[in-house]
Amino acid sequence: MTDNTFDQKIIDNCVRCGLCLATCPTYVVKGVETSSPRGRISILNAVNKGNLNLMDEGVVSQIYECLDCRACEAVCPSGVQYGKLVENAREQIEEKRALHYSMRVRLIRAIALRGLFFRRWLFVAFAFTMLLYQRSGLQWLARKSGILKLLRLAAMEEMLPHIDFPFVRPGQKGWQAQGKEKHKVALFAGCIMSTAFSGIDSATGRVLAKNGATVEVPKEQWCCGALHIHSGDTSGAQDLARRNIAAFEQSDTEYIIINAAGCGAALKEYDHLLHDDPEWSERAITFSRKVRDVSEYLAETGFTPPTANLDLEVTYQEPCHLAHAQRITSQPRRLLKAIPGLRLKEMEDSSLCCGSAGVYNLLNPTIANELVDRKLNNALATGAEALCTANPGCHIQLEAGLKRKKKSMKVRHIVQILDEAYRKEESQ
Amino acid sequence: MIEEKPKTLPPEVIVALQAITGHERTLTSPEDLIAYSYDATWIESPPQVVILPKSAAEISEVLKLANRYKIPVAPRGAGSGLSGGSVPQQGGIALALTLMDRILEIDTENSVAVVEPGVITFALQKAVEKVGLFYPPDPSSLKQSAIGGNIAENAGGARCLKYGVTSDYVRALEVVLPTGEIIHTGGKMVKIATGYNLRHLFVGAEGTLGIVSRITLKLIPLPKYKRTALATFPSVESASVAVTQIMESGLLPASIELMDNLTIRCVEEFKPAGLPLDAGALLLFAMDSNYEQILLSETEAVAQICRECGATSVRVAADDSENDKLWEARRAVSPALARRRPNKLGEDISVPRSALPELVRGIAEIAERFSLPIPVFGHAGDGNLHPNMLCDRRNPQEMERVHAAAAEIFRLAVRLGGTLSGEHGIGLLKKEFMMEALGAEQVELMRRIKTTFDPNGILNGGKLFPTGESSW
Repeated sequence: MTDNTFDQKIIDNCVRCGLCLATCPTYVVKGVETSSPRGRISILNAVNKGNLNLMDEGVVSQIYECLDCRACEAVCPSGVQYGKLVENAREQIEEKRALHYSMRVRLIRAIALRGLFFRRWLFVAFAFTMLLYQRSGLQWLARKSGILKLLRLAAMEEMLPHIDFPFVRPGQKGWQAQGKEKHKVALFAGCIMSTAFSGIDSATGRVLAKNGATVEVPKEQWCCGALHIHSGDTSGAQDLARRNIAAFEQSDTEYIIINAAGCGAALKEYDHLLHDDPEWSERAITFSRKVRDVSEYLAETGFTPPTANLDLEVTYQEPCHLAHAQRITSQPRRLLKAIPGLRLKEMEDSSLCCGSAGVYNLLNPTIANELVDRKLNNALATGAEALCTANPGCHIQLEAGLKRKKKSMKVRHIVQILDEAYRKEESQ
Repeated sequence: MIEEKPKTLPPEVIVALQAITGHERTLTSPEDLIAYSYDATWIESPPQVVILPKSAAEISEVLKLANRYKIPVAPRGAGSGLSGGSVPQQGGIALALTLMDRILEIDTENSVAVVEPGVITFALQKAVEKVGLFYPPDPSSLKQSAIGGNIAENAGGARCLKYGVTSDYVRALEVVLPTGEIIHTGGKMVKIATGYNLRHLFVGAEGTLGIVSRITLKLIPLPKYKRTALATFPSVESASVAVTQIMESGLLPASIELMDNLTIRCVEEFKPAGLPLDAGALLLFAMDSNYEQILLSETEAVAQICRECGATSVRVAADDSENDKLWEARRAVSPALARRRPNKLGEDISVPRSALPELVRGIAEIAERFSLPIPVFGHAGDGNLHPNMLCDRRNPQEMERVHAAAAEIFRLAVRLGGTLSGEHGIGLLKKEFMMEALGAEQVELMRRIKTTFDPNGILNGGKLFPTGESSW
């Protein structure tokens, strides 16, 4: 390591051409260089040179204003690893900030990062409580009574997605390949995906099986740690990575399949996350090489299009961590277009961040709301009935936005649409 | 390079500026000043305040205030320039025009677009193409550069061979003069023979004579069909002969791009595309037409001339997706060079097309003499080349050689009847060579024009004119 706070080599790779500006959601919204990748790199450069302090209010706010969507990386001709800089900055800021966090912030971080997203039983209990809240009539009562507004929880409560049931459980029985088995694959079930969105996990299993994969759901696996990385809790993320690597080593499959873009990007970077750990670095490389997004796997290994006609107009919004971090853009479109009867209507700026970005919408509501508004207006302008995506964060953000706008457009994951087509095929 | 920490302006100036643009568009935080201290060169110099105006009236107020307090003002578009033209070299006010980014009108009856200076070139092109119109200037930075900056530097691009440069498309300008008056020059009409052609005086003036606040641009019909062809040659000479023969035969490609052997090798190393490593040169042709048959026969004619001139291979794209594949090699040039060495200094000399072989030979000789890798690529059809000196700025001896080699390349271009800059502008990087390029009388006339427009010298000072000290 150098004496510099940040890797000067990454910073020097930036030739300041400015190609990243137009792809950056915060720059698009604010039109101010400071709120751009090039601006933030120059700020971190100034920190390295001692002209700015990492803990200066303006520096910290820029580092957290970034959505870490990595649209800039996808277009950068010089290959600047901007995401690593920002994540490293957050890690260092959190280390320093932890010393004087208020009790409230410490409590929230402890509950979220080291509680819910760390211990599966707690998360499942929480998801189950939310399920009861939704199905028992309590939600109706809470919304009608105005108590949510009183407790200042209305904005958060509004984001609560419809909770699916039953949940998908690590170690549960998987899905047997239909026809000749092409591969054995392991499903990364995820935290939110295996609970609130367990319907998507199940659909993923069925779609994979339909395409000749035998799907296991390895036990002991849990949250990927992406949220921890984005919040600067690197050691938490590393703990989770080790746990997941060990879990998937137990079932030695050819591929590890993930259906959440944000998690997929994190899983593919476990090698970077653990590269300083002699015991784990090799194992992390092996793990990361096996990871495929479900649409990437299907497109890569050959996929059998459904034969049933699905009369549906769909528009596709690209999750940042699929399009930019994993550079997966054509595969989801290919899958959608292969469904008979389905019409894909492209929207403007389909890859400009929707403003979800983990807990970003809670921290920077103004920018997040402007971004989701842009996204939904572009989606609605296509006249499509369904808005297709591939990430739970986007899913929640878009659904809540549509509810606010009182629009009937439905948000669907790609595999849900595929699953529907296959099921229709089977029922015919 | 100036590395001093930003000083602050008198508090009453900040208060007065805030009264014009409001607190939100008057930036003074250290982070903001750093973010407005650079463009796409490696020159840095922070302003003391950043102002983001939204109208000509606001710009006018800011300039009047700057005159009253004698504060330097540096206008800035997207900050993607390659000559230091928007760097606030003298501190003071960075006037960033990015929030003035509206396309006000696309007038199909008169084939013009009326836009604000902050509009991104590519955004304008997309918008006019929707109604079947075409704004051809295509600087490589078109996805990030602003129209205002394109006008300041008289930006070009690959298609200029057939379609001309930015100034060929400027019909009318609204300009805020350095002293605050707002003038309108030109109009939507094609012909104007009424007094001095002031609108073209502002194009390429690098923001030293006024700040363009509204622009009327000529549009032309969008060609319906496009084809790309790629040819490799044993030498730059043979490629160059092919270029002149094609042009003499009455064909007019939209662009003819050249890559020399070192550029080809850099690209192959970065992203193997099967280019022959021993090729002396590569030419990439973009053809377009409204008629498919004409396009196909003209493209074939170009290919035939290349073969006759000794091309070792010629590939013609079969469809649009193949067009795109052939351009990949050209698009890979910048990143490929960027990864080869820590830094690069990209030059932008322009010579008559016929002098191309001599220019490339001369650059190779300079490269060897100063032991610097200098790949050459650029717009062979119009004689505008970009020799890039690959270097490491942390090595002072190497940088001395870069300085000396750059000077030699400028002189070579001038000697061949060419000029310092074809499309990037002079800014801070090339100002010391202006005397050699234009002669004392012309530079003096330009100075007098500058003083007439800007008696207090507040607008974009330190640029364009030789000051006796190098900025890099």
